[in-house]
Amino acid sequence: MSFGARTLWSGLDLDLVPGEFLAVLGPNGAGKSTFLRAVLGEQPLSAGTMSVAGRSPGRGNRAIGYVPQQKTLNAATPLRARDLVALGIDGDRYWLRPRSRADRARVDEALSAVGATAYADAPIGLLSGGEQQRVRIAQALVGDPSLLLCDEPLLSLDLRHQRAVSSMIDRRRREHDTAVVFVTHEINPVLDMVDRVLYVAGGRHRLGTPAEVLTSESLTDLYRTPVDVFTVRGRIVVVGTPDHPVEAGRGHDHSHHPDVTVEHR
Amino acid sequence: MSDFFTFEDYGRLLGLVHNSLIAAALLGVIGGLVGVFVQMRDMQFAVHGIAELSFAGAAAALLLGVNVALGSVLGSLLAGALIGALGIRARDRNSVIGVLMPFGLGLGVLFLSLYEGRAANKFGLLTGQVVSVAGQQLGWLISLSIVVVVGLAVIWRPLTFLSADPEVAVARGLPAGLLSIVFTVLLALAVSLAVQVVGALLVLSLLVTPAAAAFRVTASPLLAPVLSVVFAVTSAVGGILVALGTSVPISPFVTTISFLIYLVCRVSSRRRMRRGWGSRDDDEPAEQSTVDNSSHMALP
Repeated sequence: MSFGARTLWSGLDLDLVPGEFLAVLGPNGAGKSTFLRAVLGEQPLSAGTMSVAGRSPGRGNRAIGYVPQQKTLNAATPLRARDLVALGIDGDRYWLRPRSRADRARVDEALSAVGATAYADAPIGLLSGGEQQRVRIAQALVGDPSLLLCDEPLLSLDLRHQRAVSSMIDRRRREHDTAVVFVTHEINPVLDMVDRVLYVAGGRHRLGTPAEVLTSESLTDLYRTPVDVFTVRGRIVVVGTPDHPVEAGRGHDHSHHPDVTVEHR
Repeated sequence: MSDFFTFEDYGRLLGLVHNSLIAAALLGVIGGLVGVFVQMRDMQFAVHGIAELSFAGAAAALLLGVNVALGSVLGSLLAGALIGALGIRARDRNSVIGVLMPFGLGLGVLFLSLYEGRAANKFGLLTGQVVSVAGQQLGWLISLSIVVVVGLAVIWRPLTFLSADPEVAVARGLPAGLLSIVFTVLLALAVSLAVQVVGALLVLSLLVTPAAAAFRVTASPLLAPVLSVVFAVTSAVGGILVALGTSVPISPFVTTISFLIYLVCRVSSRRRMRRGWGSRDDDEPAEQSTVDNSSHMALP
């Protein structure tokens, strides 16, 4: 995948199996979101082939559930949480017609699966960030996708909500065999769930289990600059990357000084 | 049609304006429905911009001695097409409208000053002429209204999706550009209807205020359009009924009723927010967090 002379990644050979949890890591601008856009069919590959749930990537693939980067929804939108979820079923249907009882039951089920039943009838504009994110996940899952794409789903959530949201996604893929692609800055909230990591940086990538990829040797090789990876009380701390792609907990420090090492909890 | 409606019972005056009442009711329905999306897509300024170009079109038609309704529809559609083509994104859109609007208004003023017919015709294009809706004009209104209502029914769900949640809607394959152009055309038709009834300057009172009021009191996707239509019809029809008893034109009554409805909705929403959903945010996540933390404590 390249834009003009700039290559985001090349020679990527990835086979995602049902129920697999893949985390996509990398510094800002490395091509994490572009990877998602390619899977969604919004961005054609410059070379190579891709198949998503048995067909070539194209817009409107119902096999994909998509949770976009968090953006606060317009407070004046006349939709309740349950209506946003319902759009996941019939938002692309022309000709207005009443929702079937079965569809409404699916919406209720999706809302309760993410623990959002309590505010199912609240206007979406009045929900907190964490609540909106749960509703978005319910919307992505209500169509029973075989692949769930999440773009920074934990961004701007506090630790408590990060854990709630990621364990919700983890449960889903275990129970329904939904493959998960999870683009994130922070591996730690999902470290114990991730099967494989795709680490993209500087036009190259590493693919493998967290234990293979998140090591000092592997990342030093990827960044072509000395990088240290420490494990501190079950959390991974990466030190010395040009852009601090993996961070411990919150406190985003997108510093560009390669030697700033303020990572402790 | 007068056999079907028995306005004669209400007195001769009502009988004279029954075409106008039908026109006002139609306009209320259209304005209320279109207004829902005007509000969701933040297109209030576009409504105003389209109205000015629609006014220019109507003024040109008046000058040329052709059908004024046709001129107003053409002016509207031209404005809609320009806004649609030049500024799909909200930021571009507003500057495009800001540029087009005074130009349209200027053209309209030019055409009117060249026109040598009845002064009432001129004034009507700006401030409304509902009392003089003729049979033929009513035919126009009815057919255009049907086009707008059917068009909205077709794209209602996708347009809602796209307006509320554009990223996911596009990922699901909805044609954002096409839907936004189709909506702009429907909006342009609605505006041109409104220009012919309440005049270019007061279009906002039927295409923006009722939906804005409805959004204050409900978040239900069913109740919001219903209330918006009820508010718009009440303002339009109510404006005529009140104006009949006075010698003042209808528009001040239409705008006042619609404004009063908005005020009432605002006040009641403020009270609702104080004790309702607004105070809930802190309660729910706390309960969830206890569960999550405990499950994570067990991890190494």
